[in-house]
Amino acid sequence: MKRAQFSSSLLPYLFLAPQLAVIFIFFYWPSAEAIRSSFFLEDPFGFGSTFVGFQNYIDTLTSPEYLGIAAFTALFTVLVTFFSLAAGLLLAVKADKVIRGSSAYKTLLISVYAIAPPVAGLIGMMFFDQHIGPFVRLAALFGWEMKVGLNYWDTTFAMVFVAVWKQIPYNFIFFLSGLQSIPASVLEAAVIDCRNGLRRFWTVLAPLLTPTAFFLLIINFTYALFDTFGVIDVMVKDKAANNPITLTYKVYMDGFRGNDLGGSSAQSVILMVVVLVLTVFQFRFLERRVHYG
Amino acid sequence: MYRTNFRDHLVLIIGSLMMLLPVVVAFTTSTHEAADIHMNGLTLVPGDHFAETYETVLTRQGGFTGKVTGLTMLGNSLILGLGFAIGKIVLSMLAAYAIVYFRFRAATAMFWIIFTTLLLPLEVRILPSYEVMHKLGLINTYTGLIVPLLASATGTFFFRQFFKSVPDELLEAARIDGAGPFKFFIDILVPLSRTMIAAMFIIMFVYGWNQYLWPMLMTNDEGFYTLVRGIKQILIVWVGSQIPDYNEAFAMAVLAMLPPVALVVIFQNWFIKGLTESDK
Repeated sequence: MKRAQFSSSLLPYLFLAPQLAVIFIFFYWPSAEAIRSSFFLEDPFGFGSTFVGFQNYIDTLTSPEYLGIAAFTALFTVLVTFFSLAAGLLLAVKADKVIRGSSAYKTLLISVYAIAPPVAGLIGMMFFDQHIGPFVRLAALFGWEMKVGLNYWDTTFAMVFVAVWKQIPYNFIFFLSGLQSIPASVLEAAVIDCRNGLRRFWTVLAPLLTPTAFFLLIINFTYALFDTFGVIDVMVKDKAANNPITLTYKVYMDGFRGNDLGGSSAQSVILMVVVLVLTVFQFRFLERRVHYG
Repeated sequence: MYRTNFRDHLVLIIGSLMMLLPVVVAFTTSTHEAADIHMNGLTLVPGDHFAETYETVLTRQGGFTGKVTGLTMLGNSLILGLGFAIGKIVLSMLAAYAIVYFRFRAATAMFWIIFTTLLLPLEVRILPSYEVMHKLGLINTYTGLIVPLLASATGTFFFRQFFKSVPDELLEAARIDGAGPFKFFIDILVPLSRTMIAAMFIIMFVYGWNQYLWPMLMTNDEGFYTLVRGIKQILIVWVGSQIPDYNEAFAMAVLAMLPPVALVVIFQNWFIKGLTESDK
């Protein structure tokens, strides 16, 4: 806290008022509403609602369809996180090493960050298109008849590919700034002690990068869970029935297409709990094992 | 110290191509005719239909009601991006100023009320948010499009960190010279935060411009569609036609990604600074 502060009883509230108003109307009210309506069964035609206790949760969590989607979401999250972190780290390590052209590489590698997920999805759809998609032709060379939008696993492959592509710049930026904040003296000492570059990376650089990697792990989880909505929505093209979707997409589908307010709210609350657990996990368990240089 | 070898460059070149080729191909393909693309597939060679494709996309009245053009959507995207960025900066600077520079009883409580919002993204409360918006009559309004997105503490957190790093002596000196809370904020703190404001502006503009789910829920009147929101419409039209207008779909994608990408590339130093300092 600051040593010197203004002491005024009214002014701080005046400054806080706009932010608080927005937060209460558009954050706390809907969140409370989500929790409340998750205990009610809403009439689809708007004629009142009945209190059903935990029935919406029980229905949701025992539905094989929901559990299947949950399993897919977990798989999707792990794949997207792993590949985008690995690619981001590899590129950052290389970009940190080279001297000539490093700023050009940096510019090229970060530019995709600003592309919106649905736009990335649209471009992905074109590359995986049955008629004009180069990736489909490439796969055909290896005897893989790719049918994105029809075949479940082919669609999964395309979705993961696009979601990873979109997220690499973000991980790259953070790994690069993590690498560049390692003091030169540490690097020089490491070079004297160890000739092998790969071993030097895993024993010296990697431990110093763990705070960054750990932070990115959580960010990538939330990215795969929530921000990929646009990618998925564009890639399944309204035919979600036999295509892979994530839990966030299911909340949207049930709420807006299926008009199942209670069920959708229960799913919202389940997702809230998942995010809270992730956050608590972040602070309680993982942080202790991480080396802060 | 290090010998940079050929392999490092090779990895970087392959990586850059992987990242950028799809974007370049999207642009070059958009300059060909639809039938051409249908026969020959995607291409890296620029075609000669650039002007007419983009003119069509920007000015032709399309959509179900036939009154929305690419230009309308471009304008809406700008309104959303600018409105969100400016709103976010104003709101969060004021709130951070109150939290850092004032001694008042409820300070800790206020801090937690605001920072709890970092825990839950908008996506987990879309349906109740929609209900609330409906009750308030904000469907199909710019207010409804922009203001609910401001209900998160990312910017406040960022400015709080920055204000805390500002030396205490500054406030002490300003008070000796007789500056009150308003004068200190406007004449000293805001000019001091210029770089931070620029960094925040870029990040928030890109975030606002790229919104998809929220505009999709909030607007069903096509007059309020943004470019990113319109992507879905392109695909729906596209699914039903014999020879899809690949060129126009790509042109829309290029329009939707050009402004944010240009902003990030041109101001990349500010952007990276803002990103790496706000999220940690």
